[in-house]
Parts: sequence; C-alpha cells; structure tokens
Amino acid sequence: MKQLASRALDLAVARGASYADLRIARREDQIIVVKDGKVEALSSAESQGFGVRVIADGAWGFAASSQVNAREMERVTELALQIARASSQVKERDVDIGEPFSIVDVYQTPVQIDPFAVPLEQKIDALLAADAAMRRVKGIKVTEASFEALKEEVTFASSEGSYIEQRLIETGGGIEATAVGEDEVQKRSYPNSFGRHQGKAGYEFFEAMRLTENGERIADEAVGLLTAKQCPSGITTLILDATQLALQVHESCGHPVELDRVFGTEASYAGTSFLTPDMLGKFRYGSDHVNIVADATAPGGLGTFGYDDEGVPARRTPIIANGIFTGYLTSRETASRLGHKSNGCARADGWNRIPLVRMTNINLEPGQWKLDDLIADTDDGIFMQTNKSWSIDDKRLNFQFGTEIAWEIKKGRLGEMLKNATYSGITYEFWRGCDAVCDASHWRVWGTPNCGKGQPVQTARVGHGTAPARFRGVRVGLIK
Amino acid sequence: MLGKSESRTILEQALGYSWADQTEAVLLSEDSSLTRFANSIIHQNVAETNAELRIRAVFGKKVGVAVTNNLSPDSVKQVVESAASMAMLQEENADFMSLPGPRPVPEVKAFVDRTATCGPEERARIVGVVCRKAKDKGLSAAGALETGQREIAVANSLGIFAYHPSTLASISTVIAAENSTGYADFLSSDVAAIDAEALADEAIDKALRSRNPVSVEPGEYEVILEEYAANDILDFLVETGFSALAVQEGRSFMCNKFGQAIVDGGVSIWDDGLDTSGLPIPFDFEGVPKQKVTMIDRGIARDVVYDSYTAGRVGKESTGHALPAPNPEGPMPTNMFFASGDASIEQMLRGVRRGIWVTRFWYTRTVHPLTVIVTGMTRDGSFLIENGEITQPIKNMRFTQGYLEALRNVEMIGATTKLQRSWFGGNRVPALKIAKWNFSSATEY
Repeated sequence: MKQLASRALDLAVARGASYADLRIARREDQIIVVKDGKVEALSSAESQGFGVRVIADGAWGFAASSQVNAREMERVTELALQIARASSQVKERDVDIGEPFSIVDVYQTPVQIDPFAVPLEQKIDALLAADAAMRRVKGIKVTEASFEALKEEVTFASSEGSYIEQRLIETGGGIEATAVGEDEVQKRSYPNSFGRHQGKAGYEFFEAMRLTENGERIADEAVGLLTAKQCPSGITTLILDATQLALQVHESCGHPVELDRVFGTEASYAGTSFLTPDMLGKFRYGSDHVNIVADATAPGGLGTFGYDDEGVPARRTPIIANGIFTGYLTSRETASRLGHKSNGCARADGWNRIPLVRMTNINLEPGQWKLDDLIADTDDGIFMQTNKSWSIDDKRLNFQFGTEIAWEIKKGRLGEMLKNATYSGITYEFWRGCDAVCDASHWRVWGTPNCGKGQPVQTARVGHGTAPARFRGVRVGLIK
Repeated sequence: MLGKSESRTILEQALGYSWADQTEAVLLSEDSSLTRFANSIIHQNVAETNAELRIRAVFGKKVGVAVTNNLSPDSVKQVVESAASMAMLQEENADFMSLPGPRPVPEVKAFVDRTATCGPEERARIVGVVCRKAKDKGLSAAGALETGQREIAVANSLGIFAYHPSTLASISTVIAAENSTGYADFLSSDVAAIDAEALADEAIDKALRSRNPVSVEPGEYEVILEEYAANDILDFLVETGFSALAVQEGRSFMCNKFGQAIVDGGVSIWDDGLDTSGLPIPFDFEGVPKQKVTMIDRGIARDVVYDSYTAGRVGKESTGHALPAPNPEGPMPTNMFFASGDASIEQMLRGVRRGIWVTRFWYTRTVHPLTVIVTGMTRDGSFLIENGEITQPIKNMRFTQGYLEALRNVEMIGATTKLQRSWFGGNRVPALKIAKWNFSSATEY
C-alpha cells in the first residue's frame, strides 16, 4: 500500500503539484432491519477505492476511483492534475494550506467487542425481541428495530511525508413504534429518532441500549399520543431532553462555527453563517451556562477519530466559553486564512469525496442540575423529548424544531402528555435564555449519523454530548 | 463506464455463482464530475469513477442482500456467497412472493455523448461565464456544475435483463449582493443545453432586485411560488403519500381517500418513466418496466406506485417503482409531472392585493406527515406584491403550511413547467398561485 501511495504522490509532484495527498479507504457496513416481527433488511455492503487531491497552478483538483491498482492510480492522479489546472482558469489567488507537517502513526477505535465478530443470529434475535416488546401494545401499527455496524480502514499519505493508518469502528441501533388512528399518525423512537443511536464503539454500545426493556414504554407512548392534547401555542419555559438538545446544538451551534460556511464556500448549498470573524472572542452566543467544545477525542463519540482527513491530530477545541463565542471548526486552508493552524475538522465521507470542514463531537458541557430537581424548580413550562422535525435558515439564525412527545410542567411536576410539539427561535436569543444544564450523570455523547453537506453531497457521522437543559421565554406550538 | 456487454457479463457471472432459489444482480456504475464555485472562483473540483454490484439472494421466503464495488471475479463470487449466507440466516418473510419475471422493457434515449465526454476545461469555461457576469456587476457567484454518465443493469435468475445508460448535466447558482441573493438552476441530459449567460442573468437580476429587503409581518398571505418553490410541494407529496408501502402502513394522506377529491380540480400529478422531458428510466431496480401511474387526476386521488413486494402483498402487479433492495422505505416514483395550467406570470400577479412572491424554499421538513404539514424558509429572492405589482424585496420568512391544504387553495397554475431535481429523480413542475400561505416567523436577512 505504501509503495502504491508513494508512486501516486511522486507522480503528482513530478508533474507540478505543489501539494498532493492520497486516501485509500475500505468501508464495510452491516445493516439489519426488523419490521413488524420480520427481518425486512439484512445486508452487507463493501466499498473500496482511493482519492487523489492535488494543488497545481495554485488550485485544487481531486479525482477518485474504485479500482485500487497502480495503473488506475496513475490515470486518476493525471486526471486530478488536469482538473486542478482547469480550476486555475477561474481563481483569484493561490490556495494556501499553511505550514507543512508530517506524521506517521496508526490509530484504532478502542472496542470491547468487535460488532462484526458477533454472530448475525444474536443480533437478529436482539432486534426481534425488541420488536416483539413493542408489538405487544394494542394500537401499534408498525414496529421497526435496527442495527448497524460500520468498519472503515483508511490510509492517508501526503507529499509532505505523512503516512497514517486508521481503523474506525461504529456500532448502533434503535427502535421505533408507529401508532395509527383515524386522523392521526404518531411515532415514538428509542434511544433516538431517525433509526438509531450510533457511536464509535463496539457491540457493547448496542447492548447497553437495552432496547427490549424500552420497547413497551415507547409503544405505549405512541398510542397515547393519538389522543393526547395538542401542544399549546405561546411563550413559555422549555426543558429539552438530551437527544433533542443534541440536534439543537448540531444545527444552531455546530453548523454556524464551520469556517468554510463563514467564508462563503457553502453558499450555494448548505448556506453560510451569521458568525463573522469579527465576532470571534466577543460575541455573546448564550448565557454563562453555555460552554461548548469540539472534541474529536471523546470516548465513544460518533465524531471521534485519531486524525482528520488532512492528517491533523484529533483534539479538543473551545467553541463557546461561558456564553462567549471563542472558536471555529477549521481545515488547513480555512484556518490559514485567519492565520491559525487547523484544529482537525476536515473530514471526508469515504474515498470518493474531498475533506470538508465538518463537526467532530460538538459537546455542551454538563452543568449542576439533576433533571428531577430542574423540573421541580419549574413552575410552568413544557418538557420536550426526541426530535421529529428540524429546520433552520441558511445563516443558522431562525430555527424550528418539532419533537415526538412533550409533557406539560405544572407547579414543578410533569403533567399531561402533549402531541405535535414544536418550538422556534433565533439562535443567540435562544441560547441566551438557557438558565440551567443538567449534570454529568445525565450527560452522554449522542450520535448524528446523517449530517449532509457539500456537492456532491457528503454524509458526516458526528456526535453531540448533551444533558437536559432549560430555556426561558421560548415560543412553542405553531402547528395549524 | 462498463457498457452493456461488460455489464451483462458481470451480472451473468454473478448469477452463475449463485445456488439460491432465486437471485437478482444489479449493477450501478457512474463516471461523474462536479465543478463547484464560490466567491466567483472554482474552489472544489472533483471526479469519480465507481461501479457497485448488488446481489439479492432468495431461499424460499428468506432474502439477503450484499453489495460490493470490487468487481474482480473473486469479489463477485464472495458477494454472492455473502448474500446467500445472509438469506439462509433469516426467518421466512411470509409477505415475500417472488422476484419478478421478465416483461418487455422499452428503450428510452437519455444518453448524450457530449455530456459523457465533457471535461474539466469545458466545465471551467461554463462556470467562468457565470463568475465573470457576476463580477461585472460587483456581485459574487456560488454554485455547482455537474456532468456525468450512469448505467443501470439488472438481471435475475427468472430471465430478466435490462440495461439503461444515461447522462446528466446540472448547474445551479446563488448570486450574492451585499444583503441579497438570487438563484437559478438548470437540468438536462445534454450539457450543450446549458445557457450559462441566461442562467447568470436570471440569478443576477433576482439578486439586484432583492437588495435592501424590508421586513413584513408574519401571517397568512396569498403567494406566487416559482417552479423552484413549487417543486418542494411535489417532493413532499412523493415522500409522504405516493408509495404503496405508506398506504399499506396507514401513514399516507391517500389512505381511504381513493376516488375522492383531495386537492383543487386543476391539479393533476403522475409519474411516467418513459417521458423524455423529465429524467426517464424505463425500468426499476428490479428490472420491471415502468408503468405510467396517475396519483392525482384533476384533484381526485387515484393511485400509488408499487414494487414487487408491496404489489405481491395485495395481489397486484408491480408498477415498476422499486428502489434498490433492501428497501424498508418502499417503492417511489422517479420521473414526476405536475400538469401545467394556462396562466402567465402577468395573469398570476393581476388581482393580488397584498401577497408574497417566493423564488425558492429551503430546509423544508415534515412537521406532520398525514396532513403533509411542512416547515421551512424562503431563500434567494422574496418580494412583496401589492395591488398586482411586485413592489419591494422582503427579508426571508419561515412558513409552517399544510401542502395538501395549499393545493386545495390553488388559484392559478403556470402555463409552462420546469425540470427540477427531486429526492428520487426528476420532477416537472409549473409555478403556482395559492390563495393562502402561513408564514409563521421572520429572520434577520
């Protein structure tokens, strides 16, 4: 492999590239979906290939192929150079990726139980048991339980001398119960919505979810939602559970701090950001309770790795400190425009995609509260759980989220169940209204395996460490 | 690209390795390139060659799927074995009837040589036109130009073999002024059909007219939706309601409504895999020829699309709308049409006392699937209409709106349609004038 990589990089440099890197990757993905008591999908997918990225004539070129052999590498390297020279026809300045560096290392996700070594029958049985627990509840129309394991072996080599091999492993799963009434459909999910909760971890991560033990509860809740009261409209106090807060962090904190968006390079698709460089170190993003870090070293986090896809070591970077905006997520090119060094957030979705500035684990640091105490301390409000819908404008200011379920809070106690709950706001106003975050006993890193960005679109697998938190003066309930 | 002959060889090789009762082999290959620009320069420029072999092995009513993009003989053999071993581990799925048998598949021309051979220099030239025109006006251009060729080949042990090559050329741009943006896009199988000057002019005009937007109060407004925005309505109807699986699971708005009026009588919507004015594909991922399916006929709910699994459950024939297996999401239409009306833009504007012109929606998500209530933002050019005239640009707003309700309130339908990308293929849609649209909040720009 090393020899193949060297040949491609040497060729790129010999033909005039001022920089070149190569990623050779192989991804193996196992998915099991049980639906209504039957195994609906059982699949194993393997994808392999390589991508060559070059800077020539001061501009970027990238080409990739699934055929990993010396001849194809030569063709693809030549194509990357041709593309870079075409890019240089429409440029204003040469690309600058900062000071060169080289690292030689090997990294592997620490796992207790290799999820691919666990017999398929054992995984299927676990899903069937969880599915059966949901189907025992009268009124449930559709049940689904899923498992996914993913293994990625990536070799990164650069013309600066880096050679890094990584073996990354993910495991995840989840359950969903759908109840159908005359004019209503309601779904409940566990531990998170949109199919599953995922982490960079082994099979022990899946086992710890205890899907079967939670099946009946969420099925009961789905049926209950059919006749639940509609979430009222108005301004109130809102407590979010950790899973919904994870997506709130993702959309309204993680994306705005991506420095490529700030520089306008995602303007045509994912959008830009309200968070301009003059706000760095000054802007009050949230209350003093809001402390957010980007931490690619968090154990088990879906955005955890050894090195990013430019060979920059994983690290922990403050993003918001005591409510003040303090840092962006960066790549080598974007960081150098601010005179900084990359903080290791350039990530590619496989061998056939270029690295973009992506989230790692964007974590809201835990506070001091127990959830029961927080609810007891709330005279009047709403507790919302588990994301159902999400939308935010292209500068990441105006958002609206919906949750699967909500509960009234009256005089410090949870009251009636509410359906079709939504809340909305402006990013910094919302975070400035945060007056309490629950403590480390409630905190965990939630996986978001479906973050889309870039053209061609790339799906990033990122994490968000959160505990429940309380927000004052939030607009809730808009559904007509 | 592999071509028909090599594709067939690989598929037959895969079927030959299999000892399953039934076996399906699907080969998806692509050679695609994308030139991306922002701040009026090319900042990302990529190309990719890939081919993926998907095997579905069936033993009785047990089904397993395995996928690889390594097409060496050893790997092909291994992926067949993997699919078979997965199937053997399963419990029987009583609802699975059979893989489909062969039916005649028509040929549809969707391949244009000059798109397939379009190189990075030609893409840079086209993008350069958009960037230059934006800079000439003191504006900034962002966007992407994609060209590529794709092949789909399907074979199964019951005798199906189907092959379809296609090309795609797609360009979009967002042109930005200091406090405004404008948008345009274009989609075709022929790269020569891209008129970069016209595309840039459309987005530049919108960006210039959107400068210094004012705030308007959220609330209910009459709206004119350009084709870009109207496309979103069609996309969500497809996602939530037009699949047989959604009906069988009781989560489609079509449930219990077949034969009844569900939207305005001017609205007709259908899928036609053979219509070359869209993005045609003559068969689905099971190799079944696509049937024309009318979902809504002059406001009346008529039909949904089936694959062999959902059709087998209810004793029907597949309409040829399977997605690649395994597919717990069910069948989907891929070449959709929203019937044009007879209204010009001038006619749509006439009679609007106080309304809003929307270029495009963004980040739209379902809030309530059964009633297709959706929330999202306006983007890249919204305007206030007063007394039949566009009077001033406005800041972006969030809406929370039932899309079915909107189609019940259609007042006029544009006389022409525009080809737009959809989540599963292509949509042809007209502009729409809608009597009531609920804007729920505002943003700062």
